[in-house]
Amino acid sequence: MIGDGKDSTNQRENTFVADGTTVGFLTDVTLCIGCKACEVACKEWNGVPDDGYVFTGQSYDNTGALSGSTWRHVQFHELDAPAGREGGGAAPPDDLGWLFYSDVCKHCERAGCLEACPTGAIVRTETGGVFVQDDVCNGCGYCVVGCPFGVIGRRDADLPGGGGAYKCTFCYDRQKGGGGPACAKACPTESIRFGPLDLLRAEADRRVDTLHARGVTGATLYDPRDTSVGGVHALSILVGDPERYGLPRAPEVPSTRLLRSWLSAGLTTAAMLAITALAFALAAR
Amino acid sequence: MRGDDVPTTPPTSGSGRPAPAPAPRAPGYFGRPVLKPPVWTWEVPLYFFVGGLAGGAAVIAGVAAVARAPKALVLPALVLAVVGAAISAGLLVLDLGRPTRFLNMLRVFKPTSPMSVGAWILSGFGGAAALALASALFHLGPVLFWLGAGPAAVLGGLLATYTGVLIGVTTVPAWAAHDRTLPVHFGMAGLGCGAAAIALAMGGRLVPPLRTILLAASLAEVVMGLWIVARRHGARDRALYHGHGAWLLHGGGTLTGPATTLLLLVHAPAVLVAIAFLVGALINRYGWVLAGKASAADPEAALEAAR
Ligand code: SF4
Repeated sequence: MIGDGKDSTNQRENTFVADGTTVGFLTDVTLCIGCKACEVACKEWNGVPDDGYVFTGQSYDNTGALSGSTWRHVQFHELDAPAGREGGGAAPPDDLGWLFYSDVCKHCERAGCLEACPTGAIVRTETGGVFVQDDVCNGCGYCVVGCPFGVIGRRDADLPGGGGAYKCTFCYDRQKGGGGPACAKACPTESIRFGPLDLLRAEADRRVDTLHARGVTGATLYDPRDTSVGGVHALSILVGDPERYGLPRAPEVPSTRLLRSWLSAGLTTAAMLAITALAFALAAR
Repeated sequence: MRGDDVPTTPPTSGSGRPAPAPAPRAPGYFGRPVLKPPVWTWEVPLYFFVGGLAGGAAVIAGVAAVARAPKALVLPALVLAVVGAAISAGLLVLDLGRPTRFLNMLRVFKPTSPMSVGAWILSGFGGAAALALASALFHLGPVLFWLGAGPAAVLGGLLATYTGVLIGVTTVPAWAAHDRTLPVHFGMAGLGCGAAAIALAMGGRLVPPLRTILLAASLAEVVMGLWIVARRHGARDRALYHGHGAWLLHGGGTLTGPATTLLLLVHAPAVLVAIAFLVGALINRYGWVLAGKASAADPEAALEAAR
C-alpha cells in the first residue's frame, strides 16, 4: 500500500468501510517525520480541548503522553546513530538519528478498558474499534486502571466534557461518513495508514522484511498476538525494543486474573462467616 | 539528552550487520509513566474502609442472630451495616466524574468488571441489611428478618472482600502482584472493623465473641502483613516500600496487626483496642491507594510486570 498513490486508503476521496470489516491503523516509525499533523488533525476534528501549555524541555515533545485530551501523541527520540543502526559500526560517529513515533489507542482485540467499564459505556464498534459512548460514561475511572497501555484518561472537570473518560474514537464518525480517521488523512508521509486490518497486517510484514533488507535490522512489528490482549488493531512498525516507546513487551488484560482473585474473595467470605460462628459458639459454652 | 539516552554496545552478529537497537537507559519512553495512575480521590479509600466495616458488621449480625445473641448486639450491628451501606453509596457517587449519572452503574451487570459486580453487591447488601433492620425494629416477623439478614451476611462478606478484587484485577503493578492476597487482607480487616465498631456502639463493651473475632482479625492481619512482605516482587511492588503510601500502609498494618493483638493480650481497655484497629484499617486503605498511584506512575514497575 505504501506508494499506492491515489489508490491508498489515505488518499482516496471516500473510504467507506463495510460493516463487519475489521479496520486498523498501521503506524510506521521509519516513515514519520515528526510534523505532528496527526496530533493537530485529531484535536481539530474531534474537538479535543487543549490540556495545558506545558513545556517539558524534552526534545520537541511538549505533549508528553496520551491522555483524555490527547489521542495522538508524537514521541521524539534523539539517537546517536541513524535509527536501527545504533551500536552498529556502519554509520560515521557524528551521524545522528531521529525516531518519531505517533502513539495512539491500540484498539485491543481484547480490551482491558472495555472489560473494566461497569456501565457498558465502552463498546466494540462494527468495524472492530473500541469506542467510549460519552453519553453513558459516568466517570468512575475504572477503565483507566484496566488499560495495559496507559491510554485512556479521565478528563479534568474544568475542561469541556470534563469528568468523563476519553480516548481515540478511531474517528468512528468519519468512518461512517467514508472519510477515514483524521490523523491518517493528514499524515503527509503515510506513516499512519488506515485500512482493513488483515491487509495492513500483511503489508506490515512485507514492510518489516523490506526494512531488514535495507539494513534496519531493529525493525519489528508491534502486535502482541500471543498475549491475552490477542493483538492490536493499531499496529506499529517500530525500530528496537518496544519498551523504548513505553510499550510493554507482553501486555496482559487484567481480567485473566479475575477467577483467582474472586476465588480468594469467596473463600475469605466463607472464612469470615466460619470465624464468626466459631466465636459465638465458643462464647456460648 | 544526547549521549545518554542510547548506550552503545558492540555489534553482536558476526555477519557485519548492526545489532538490534539497545534499550535506552531510562526505562520506557525517557522514564515517563507507561500506565495511567488511578484517578480516585479521598472518597475511594474511605469507601473501602466504611464498606468493609459495614460488611463485617452484617456478617456478625447474621451469625449472632443465628446464635440467638442478645438484641443489644444484633441491633447495633445491623444499624452499622445499614448506615455504612448508605455512606458507602454516597462516597461512590461523590467519586464519580459525573455524579448525576450514578444510576448508570446499574444499567448492566458485567462479570468482567469488578466495579460492576461490586455496585450490584453494594445495592443488594444495602437492601438486604435495611430489610433485616426494619423487620427487627418494627417486628415484621422472622421470615422477613431472615430474608434480609441471611443475604446481608453473605453479601457483607463479599462487600468487604471484593474491594481487594477491584484493585487487584487492574494493570497497576503493586496491586496486581497481590491480587489474591488483597481480598483476604481487606476482608479480615473488614471483619475486625465490624467487631470493633459494634463494641464501640455497645458503649465500649468488647463482649467475648467480639473479642475472639477481633483477635482472629488482628492475627490474620499479622499473617497477611508478613505474607506480603515475604513475597516481594522487586520493581513491580516496590511502591509498597517507598514513599508516603508505604508509610501509611505499614503504619496502618502495624496498628491492625501486632498492636491490636498485643492490646488484646494485655487486656487493654476495649475502647482503646477498637480505636486502634479502626484507625489502623482506615489509614491502611489510604496507603494502598497512594501506593497504587505511585506504582502505576513507575515505568520500570509497569514494564517489568509485562515481560
Ligand atoms: S489501548 Fe487501552 S484504551 Fe485502547 S482499547 Fe486497549 S485497553 Fe482500551
